Amino acid sequence: MNPITAKKPADMKKSSKLTRVFLLKLELRSHPNLLCVVRGAMEPLMDTLGFSQEHNRAIIRAVDEAVSNVMRHSYQGRPDQPIEIYCNRVRRETEGEIEQGVEILLFDCGPAVDTTKITPRPLDEVRPGGLGLHIIRGSMDTVQYKRAGRLNRLQLIKFKRASQGDCGSAEEKPS
Amino acid sequence: MKISARRVETSTILDVSGNIDMSNSPEVRKALLTEIRQKGVSRVLLNLTGVAYIDSSGVASLVEGLKASRDAGSRFVLFGLNDSAREVLKISRLLKLFEVYDTETQAMAS
Repeated sequence: MNPITAKKPADMKKSSKLTRVFLLKLELRSHPNLLCVVRGAMEPLMDTLGFSQEHNRAIIRAVDEAVSNVMRHSYQGRPDQPIEIYCNRVRRETEGEIEQGVEILLFDCGPAVDTTKITPRPLDEVRPGGLGLHIIRGSMDTVQYKRAGRLNRLQLIKFKRASQGDCGSAEEKPS
Repeated sequence: MKISARRVETSTILDVSGNIDMSNSPEVRKALLTEIRQKGVSRVLLNLTGVAYIDSSGVASLVEGLKASRDAGSRFVLFGLNDSAREVLKISRLLKLFEVYDTETQAMAS
């Protein structure tokens, strides 16, 4: 099974319709010095959405690793290439239960990713490198790659758990 | 990110502050390998108290330090990890491989 598309919510098989509300768009160049800027933008946004500190860290980690992968692999370290990040508030109803969360979409103009060649390495091997995909998949509920025309599109979704309360403040208090 | 070395008895403590990501993780790697391979220090302690964030490239540098210390027959110790650093090591299933302590005092006493 494809390692990128394999990660889906455990209950994805249930009937659920995802609705989106646009929150934020970031456009940046593929320079590693901008990673801290991306992280800096994510943290208050996820706070605003009401994610727990633990989930906030998980989302920041996944986005940072995903953008790093674009810089390193898609653009081969070239620092002047475009990356776009969209953040949407998402909501779905699954068997009468409403879940809210955040969707992050990353777009880059690199060559199409051969997903058959992206295999997370076994974690029992103690060696550096190859951990990014593990970290992304371990941090998010949905991780899905697809080629969208001439762009690479990576979708990351994190849902709040029921015990975390409401996360509608960003939509209800537009800036 | 800033990194500095201080000698305490027979050990070297590397104090790191800031975030460790792909923009600067090679500096951490270089500092670790300099102490372990070139200087042959018997115990290297990495102080992560001032590190708010560490990504997979930073973790890779730590793994390189660990492997180098094993090859050299020395010790590589981490202390002062925050929740974020612990989580990334845990997800990578690496946390148990490292000697990890909460404080410098505990690490030095180990």
